[in-house]
Amino acid sequence: MSEWWTYGPRDLLMFSQQTYYRLFELYNLELWPLQILALGLGAAVLALGWRGGDRAGRAIAAILAVCWLWVAWGFHWQRYASINVAAGYFALAFVVQALLLLWLGAGRGRLTPLPATRLQQRAGLGLLLFALLLFPLMGPLLGRSWTQAEVFGMVPDPTALATLGVLLLAGGRPAWALFPIPVAWCLLSGTTLWAMESTDFAVVPFAALLAVLLAVGGALMKRSSR
Amino acid sequence: MEKSPDLARRRLLGAVAAAPLLWPALGRAQPARPATRAIPSSGEAVPRVGLGSWITFNVGNDRVARDARAEVMRAFFLAGGRLIDSSPMYGSSQEVIGYALKKLGRPANLFAADKVWISDGAEGRAQIERSRRLWGIPRFDLVQVHNLLSWQAHLPTLFAMKAANQLRYVGITTSHGRRHDEMAQIMASQPIDFVQLSYNLFDREAEQRLLPLARERGIAVIVNRPFQQGALLRRLGRHPLPPWAAEIDCRSWAQFVLKFIISHPAVTCAIPATTRVDHVRENMGAATGRLPDQAMRARMAAWVDRR
Ligand SMILES: NC(=O)c1ccc[n+]([C@@H]2O[C@H](COP(=O)([O-])OP(=O)(O)OC[C@H]3O[C@@H](n4cnc5c(N)ncnc54)[C@H](OP(=O)(O)O)[C@@H]3O)[C@@H](O)[C@H]2O)c1
Repeated sequence: MSEWWTYGPRDLLMFSQQTYYRLFELYNLELWPLQILALGLGAAVLALGWRGGDRAGRAIAAILAVCWLWVAWGFHWQRYASINVAAGYFALAFVVQALLLLWLGAGRGRLTPLPATRLQQRAGLGLLLFALLLFPLMGPLLGRSWTQAEVFGMVPDPTALATLGVLLLAGGRPAWALFPIPVAWCLLSGTTLWAMESTDFAVVPFAALLAVLLAVGGALMKRSSR
Repeated sequence: MEKSPDLARRRLLGAVAAAPLLWPALGRAQPARPATRAIPSSGEAVPRVGLGSWITFNVGNDRVARDARAEVMRAFFLAGGRLIDSSPMYGSSQEVIGYALKKLGRPANLFAADKVWISDGAEGRAQIERSRRLWGIPRFDLVQVHNLLSWQAHLPTLFAMKAANQLRYVGITTSHGRRHDEMAQIMASQPIDFVQLSYNLFDREAEQRLLPLARERGIAVIVNRPFQQGALLRRLGRHPLPPWAAEIDCRSWAQFVLKFIISHPAVTCAIPATTRVDHVRENMGAATGRLPDQAMRARMAAWVDRR
């Protein structure tokens, strides 16, 4: 775009808040009760993360990869693209993340739950729980409809946050390549929500940055204690 | 105006077919007709308020929202509106306009304004054709180069399409006061029919050069972002409407703002966007009743400058 530097996020936002949340509503209604299955997968990730071990790590990676692939197709490509011309690129990035999860997580076992610090473990489990249980409630608590709930495995934000939670749990030897896409998504999502004047715009980017800080902090501590 | 008798017949039939849909309650009082202004290059009169579609019509596949936008268009046509503006940049807006036109029946006097927005000049025609299909109309009345993107490549295509009767008018657009130098240069050198730019009570830069130049060169002017996407109305809404606004038949700030814009002698029409039937009626109402004269325009601007 010419003179792109003169455009702020609010100039580029091409849909209203109402239209954005209606997207979740129509998606949820159309695919119900797939949300239960998705939450079931989320619960499995939590249980595996709690149990630990190499096989658990590989299973978590495979589950997350399926979720990222589904969000790429079912959400970005099939639905978000109807109101956002950039959604095709988002779908592509989510596919790349799914492939990275399969390669580094399921293939090379880099998601084995083995947090560097106790704080990291707590934060990882906390973030996972937040993404699975609290995140879908946030919209309804802020006055949006229940039918617009954002569920892990179905839509991008809680999927990205849960992935960051898993990365914290596996922080003993973090697979840094798995960070950029979820973190970038969280920042982009926060910017979109800010542009559409959504009250909860800060939640997702804040949680993502906290996860990055804890991951970096954990890695540094591990190095100095070596 | 119509070259093909077939096209003219189809339009007429379309209008007849559309009549019952557009006029659900027979005998209902028709609203006052909006004032019009002539397009300098042809003399054709267009209503001084049109309809934008950025954000407001980008509702994707949501049937409920699509039907709600169709109601906005119905109210717009009923109030005498004709010119609707869109762009391939506006997500699903073109498709939603097409949906509404199909649902309501396309009024014979619809003035379809769209844009070409693609870097590669060679792709211009194909993009315009895709847009036309989305609207579901035989041709656009006006195609504008969106934000001057690759205008050197697109303008020859648009002039050729105009010569071949595949569109009726050629234009260029900008907004937010960007690239006025380049706009002026194109206005001075190219045989364009329309320019589209931002102009309102808070942002009157266009008065300095572009609006006088448009008059001088006989170019029609469409004013976009009349409400600065709503921010301007939120700002004004903190104050009561001055009592003297009644002298120009203003019932709301929206009408105050629109009447200021469309009363500039160079402005052909303003294109506010809305999701609401009551707002589209109110906006069309700005093109009825008395309009401000020079003295009143100065008073309006001075009032705003003091805030
Ligand atoms: N470069 C370009 O070519 C370019 C750039 C910008 C815009 N445009 C064109 O210009 C059109 C208009 O600009 P815009 O959409 O940016 O903004 P706008 O028309 O200045 O403002 C639209 C906003 O004003 C509100 N509104 C409309 N009528 C109202 C009324 N009577 N009372 C209170 N609020 C009212 C609408 O909310 P409600 O839905 O609640 O009514 C909407 O949020 C665009 O849709 C587009 O077609 C072109």
